[in-house]
Amino acid sequence: MWHIIITSLPAMLTAMIQYTIPLAVVSFIFGLILAVLTALIKFIEPSENKLIKYPWLVLRAIANFYVWLFRSTPLLVQLFIIFFGLPSAGIQLSPFIAAVIGFSLNTGAYASETIRSALLSVPQDQWDAAFTLNFTTRQTLTKIVLPQAVRIALPPLSNSFIGLVKDTSLASSITILEMFQVSQQITAKNFEPLLMYSLAAFLYAVICSLLTLLQHYLERRTSKYVKGSEA
Amino acid sequence: MISVKNIIKKYGSKEVLKNLSVDFPDGKTTVILGPSGSGKSTLLRSLDLLVRPESGTLSFGDLKLDYAQPVSKKLSFDVRKKTSMVFQNWNLFPNLTVLQNITTAPETVLGKSKEETEAKAKKLLSQVGLAEYADRYPSQLSGGQQQRISICRALAMDPEYILLDEPTSALDPELENQVLLILEDLSKMGQAMIIVTHNMEFARSVADKIVFVEDGDILFDGTPDQFFNHSTTRIKDFLSGITFNDDAK
Repeated sequence: MWHIIITSLPAMLTAMIQYTIPLAVVSFIFGLILAVLTALIKFIEPSENKLIKYPWLVLRAIANFYVWLFRSTPLLVQLFIIFFGLPSAGIQLSPFIAAVIGFSLNTGAYASETIRSALLSVPQDQWDAAFTLNFTTRQTLTKIVLPQAVRIALPPLSNSFIGLVKDTSLASSITILEMFQVSQQITAKNFEPLLMYSLAAFLYAVICSLLTLLQHYLERRTSKYVKGSEA
Repeated sequence: MISVKNIIKKYGSKEVLKNLSVDFPDGKTTVILGPSGSGKSTLLRSLDLLVRPESGTLSFGDLKLDYAQPVSKKLSFDVRKKTSMVFQNWNLFPNLTVLQNITTAPETVLGKSKEETEAKAKKLLSQVGLAEYADRYPSQLSGGQQQRISICRALAMDPEYILLDEPTSALDPELENQVLLILEDLSKMGQAMIIVTHNMEFARSVADKIVFVEDGDILFDGTPDQFFNHSTTRIKDFLSGITFNDDAK
């Protein structure tokens, strides 16, 4: 058993470092940027100025449609449409790019709701206090509301990130040689499915456990102002 | 002087301020009294544009504002620059330290230097007896301490008027006293204040002027002496706390 593990581990780890981790990290960063933008578009009420208001409402309609679309369809189907479907429309993407686009859009849709709910959970009182001090909306967001919202959003965003790491296994279906795909290929040769898939599961668990530790670290960092935490 | 004229504010179909007019003199302490739900807080918040009445005017020194018209950012900034608000639940920023709570607005909004704002904040903190708490977070402090800090936050903006919305209603009597003593000092120093409160003893000792609001309208506008000693039946009922009235609805 150990022999099998030791001989297949290098290939698995290579796939992890080459595809699984980059896919997850890059997609999560793009997804997060998309999520923050989407959440802000839905959260901020535009000023009465018509030049700002109507474009903003159009943006908001697009944001609503985007979130609806990616939350209402399976991730695997999204990946298939982007990689296998779009070439028919003349858009040819490399598997990695297609996967990053799919994972980013999917993560962004879910995370935008996480961020929006975190923004909503900061009490109106905080806005009132900031406005009476003559903070602008942008200053209130950056100095007061976002720092509080980040703390609230951290646990659910960590969920999204951990979920994304595991979902990268779906990239195997659009020809990416990520960790799970490699374990399948090795299994095809050594006929040890239980061992190989358990090994893959174990390696996913290792990544996700490290992310959990990172989450706890960030939670401590961002919660130092909360009652009962170590300042 | 701040004067509001003919302000009407509705929440849905309910009229909470009914064509109300009142003046708040410079350098004086005006106390707004009245039963819960009478519109006191709405009136106070209209002065700082946290609430926008449907109609009426605000005149504040040389600033004139028509509530029925859109208010420019500049005008809203100028009005808020002359006022600072202290809230019932103090509304300190929990993510900032005590010192940052006081310095962030002067730094961000007024563009003052860090040295200047910190020196001033420390001075204010020592005036309210909290100098050693500068680097703590609000959650590590009692309600009374937090409210004293929110008064510092208001003062740091050098407002002409401080607006206080039931500043001690969420505090127990002991903590309440710490806050009231500070307000009394400010009042003696000639800081203009408009205070909504339910504390009659405090109103009596600190007020230069009393405004009694009921049901969205002003029932009394005059000196504390008139209010407490020579008033109408309704106010006497209010003061003696036996305001049971079969005809209320």
